[in-house]
Amino acid sequence: MMKKVGILICIFTFLGVGIVLAQAPKKERAVASKKTETLAPKKGGTLVFGRGGDSVGLDPAYETDGNSFMICDNVYEALVFYKEESTALEPGLATSWSISPDGLTYTFKLRKGVKFHDGTPFNADAVVFSHGRMMKERKVKFFGKGWDIPKQERPPEYWISMEMDNTIDSIEAVDEYTVVYKLKRVEAPFLANMGMDFADIISPTAFMKDPAGFIRNPVGTGPYKFAKRIEGDRTILEAFKDYWDKAKGPYMDRVIFRVIPENSVRFLELKAGSIHICQFPNPADIPMAKKDPKLQVPTQPGMNIGYLGFNHKKEPWKSNVKLRKAIAHAINRKAIVDNIYQGMGELAKNPIPPTMWGYNKDVPGYQYDVELAKKLLAEAGYPEGKGLPEITLWSMPVPRPYNPEGLKVGVAMLGDLGKIGIKARVVSYDWGTYLKRQREQPEDMDLFQLGWTGDNGDPDNFLAVLFDGLASPAVRMQWHNEAYHNLMLEGKQTIDQAKRAEIYKQALQLLYDECPVIPIAHSSVMWPAVKKVQNFKLHPTGSVMLRSVWLQ
Amino acid sequence: MIGFIIRRILAVIPTILGITIIIFMMLAITPGDPAELLLGERATNESLEAMREYLGLQKPLYVQYGMFLKRVAKFDLGETIWTRQKVYIEIMERFPATIELTLAAMILSSFFGILLGMISATKQYSWFDYTSMLGSLFGVSMPVFWLGLMLMLIFSLNLGWFPMSGRLGVDIDLTIITNFYILDSILTRNWTALKDTLMHLALPAIALSTIPLAIVARMTRSSMLEVLRQDYIKTARAKGLSEVKVVLKHALRNGLIPVVTVVGLQFGILLGGAILTETVFAWPGVGKWLYDGVVKRDYMVIQGGTLLVATIFVIINLIVDVLYAVINPRISVK
Repeated sequence: MMKKVGILICIFTFLGVGIVLAQAPKKERAVASKKTETLAPKKGGTLVFGRGGDSVGLDPAYETDGNSFMICDNVYEALVFYKEESTALEPGLATSWSISPDGLTYTFKLRKGVKFHDGTPFNADAVVFSHGRMMKERKVKFFGKGWDIPKQERPPEYWISMEMDNTIDSIEAVDEYTVVYKLKRVEAPFLANMGMDFADIISPTAFMKDPAGFIRNPVGTGPYKFAKRIEGDRTILEAFKDYWDKAKGPYMDRVIFRVIPENSVRFLELKAGSIHICQFPNPADIPMAKKDPKLQVPTQPGMNIGYLGFNHKKEPWKSNVKLRKAIAHAINRKAIVDNIYQGMGELAKNPIPPTMWGYNKDVPGYQYDVELAKKLLAEAGYPEGKGLPEITLWSMPVPRPYNPEGLKVGVAMLGDLGKIGIKARVVSYDWGTYLKRQREQPEDMDLFQLGWTGDNGDPDNFLAVLFDGLASPAVRMQWHNEAYHNLMLEGKQTIDQAKRAEIYKQALQLLYDECPVIPIAHSSVMWPAVKKVQNFKLHPTGSVMLRSVWLQ
Repeated sequence: MIGFIIRRILAVIPTILGITIIIFMMLAITPGDPAELLLGERATNESLEAMREYLGLQKPLYVQYGMFLKRVAKFDLGETIWTRQKVYIEIMERFPATIELTLAAMILSSFFGILLGMISATKQYSWFDYTSMLGSLFGVSMPVFWLGLMLMLIFSLNLGWFPMSGRLGVDIDLTIITNFYILDSILTRNWTALKDTLMHLALPAIALSTIPLAIVARMTRSSMLEVLRQDYIKTARAKGLSEVKVVLKHALRNGLIPVVTVVGLQFGILLGGAILTETVFAWPGVGKWLYDGVVKRDYMVIQGGTLLVATIFVIINLIVDVLYAVINPRISVK
C-alpha cells in the first residue's frame, strides 16, 4: 500500500513540477514599451527571419514558390518596382519608360552607376540577357558584344504562364542604357509584369561562369548579396556595400533566413527572442502576439481570393443562374471567415481584393439569407432541393494562402446547403490529383473550392486568368460568356488605366449578376515581429523586402 | 566469420533491388504528379506539358526504372526534381545531421534503458521497479511532437538552459568539413561551436530517445529476470560472489543478447523515422527531407532516400548479427 502511495506521489510531483515550469515565465521580462517614435534608421546588426520552409532555388527565372522569391526579392531587382504596401509601379532599375501610341513598343531608360554584386556594371545588355534567356525564340540584340545565351535549364515557369512568349516579339539594347521591347500584341499588364520576380535582372557574367550552378550562387543588384546557404537550415545574406540607393538602405549587416518548419515552434522562437520575424504563425497565436508587449503584428490584406466555383461544363450549373444564386445566398460566408479564417481574413464581395484598382464597391455582395435562397431554389425548379441529386463539393486537402482549411470550409458549406434542402458531400484528393482533375472539369465534380494569389496587382491577373473560360480550355472555371470574354479582351488592349478600371468594374458587375462563382474571402497576412524591427512592411504580393528595414 | 560477412553483404544486393522495385511500383500507383505540384494553381496546359517533358514523366515506368538502375550502377543518384541539386550532395548534407541526432538518442536510450532495466530486474516489485516501468510505459505512449514542445517550453523558453531548435546558433561560425558538426568543431578546434552543437543536440536527442529508451528498459528487465533465475546465477551466488559482480559479469552479458537486437532495430527505425523530431526541432536531417520528397512527389529524392535508408537498415542488421557473436561466442555464425 505504502509503495503504491509512494509511486503516485512520485508521478504527481513529476507532473506538477512540469506544469509549474511550463507556465512560470523565466523572469519578468517586462520591457517598458516605449512609444514608437520615428527615429533615424540605425546601421548594423543581424536580422533573423523565421520561415516555414527552405527556398527551392535562387534563380528568379525558374522558381515558383514564395520561399525562393523571398530571397530573390532582396538579392535581385527588376526594371520597375512595386511601391511599399501596394502594387502601384515606380521606377526601379529603369528610371523611366515610354510606350508607343500603338501600345506595341516599350522603351526603358536604365539607371546609371548600378553595379552587380560581382562588381560588373548593370546595363542594357544585362537586361537583354536576363529576359532573353527565357524566350523560346530568342529574338534579341545586344548593344555590346553580348553573350551566347546557353540553353534553358528547365522551362521558365512564370514566363510561360504569364504568356510572355505570346506577348514579346523582340528585345533590343539600342544603347548602353536603353532597352526596347517590341510586342506581338497590345498587352496592358506588360508593365506590371516587368515588376514581378521572374523579370529580375541577373548578372550575365556570373551566370555564364556556371549556368547550372547559378541557382545556388545568385548574383543581382539588390541591397543584400548572397553569402551562404545550409540547405534545410539557413540562408545568409550580407549587406551590399555598393548598393545604388544608399538613401533607402541596406541598414543591417546581415540577414539570416532560418527554416523552422513547425508553426508553433517558430512562434516560440519569436517569443524567446531568437528570431525577429515569424512567418505564418498559427492563427491561434495571433491574439497572444498582440498582447505581448515585446511584439508587434504587421498586417497586410492579402492580394488573394478564395472562391467556390461551379462546374460550368455540366448542367444544371451551366445554365441555371437562379440555382447558382440560391447556393450563393445559402452559404453563411461570414461565419466561415469568423470561425475558420479566425479573423485573418475579410469577407469577399468581388473576386478581386478591395485594395486593387478596378474594384467595384457598388456590388452588394451575396447576403446570407436562407429564405431568399429557398425562394430562388424553388424558382430554379428545385423546390426544397427536390429533383436535385446529391451534389459533390470539392475541397482542398492542404492549407493555401487564400484558405487555411479547405476541408473545414467545405463541411461548413454542407451544413448551410442542407438548410435549404440541398444534399451534398465533400470530396477531396491529394493536392496534385486535385489540381489535375479539377482542371479536367469531370462529371463527378459539381462545386469546387479554389483560389488565387495575385502576381502583379493587375485585375486582368485575376479576372481573365481565373474566370474567362472562352480564353483557353486550361482556365480553371469553364464559364463561357461572350460579354465577359469581350470585356477581358478590351481590358488587355486598353492602355489607359482609368478606362481599364471602368471595364473591370463592368466585368465585376456581370460576375455578380450571373453568379458563375461565389467569392468567399481574402485572407490577410499577419507576421508577428519583435518591436526592435523597424520599418518592416508586408507587401500585398507576398514579397519580403528588407531594403529599408533596420534594427533598433 | 569473414566468409559469413561476405555472404551477408552479397545477400544485401537482391534485397535492395527488391526494395527499389517495390518503391517504383508504389510510386506508379500513387496518384499525384510532380509537375502539377510544382506549378500549383497557375499551371497552364502549355507549362504543364513543358514541365512533364523536362522531367521525363512521359516515359513508361519500366524505362524510368531502367534509367534509375543504370544511374545507380554508376553510383549516380541523379538530380532532384525540385531543387535541381545532385541527390548525393543533398544526402551528404543532411544525413550527418540525422546520424548525429540518432546516435545521441541511441546512446542515451541504451545507457539509461539498460541501467533502468537492470535495476528493475534486480529489485523486482520494488517502488523503483514500478516507477521506472510506469515511466517507460509513459515514454512509449508519449507523442514525440507534444514531448518536444513541452521540453522547449520548460527548458528553453522558461529556464533558458538549452536553445530551442536548429543545429547551430546563428551567431556561431563553423567551418563545415564533414557536415558532422561535432566532428567538424573538434577538427577545427572550435570549442565554442562544439559546446553550441552539443547544447542544440540535447533536447531533440532526449525527445527522440524516449521511445527506444522505454523499449530497451522493458526488454532488459524481462530478459534479465529470465537470466537471473538460471542455475549458473545460483552457482555464482553460491560461490560467494558479490551481487554486483553476479549481475554485471554473469547475468548482464547473457541478458543483453535480445537487447542488442532491439537496439539495432531501433537505430534503423530512427534513422528513417526521426521525421517528427526533425520537424519539431527544425533539424535539417534526412527524415524531413525524405518526407518532403514524398509530399512533393520528388521521385528522385524518394528513390535516392529509400535506397539509402534501406541500405543502412540492412547494414545495421548485419552488424547486429556480428555483435551477437562478439557478446556470446557460443552463437555460431555459420
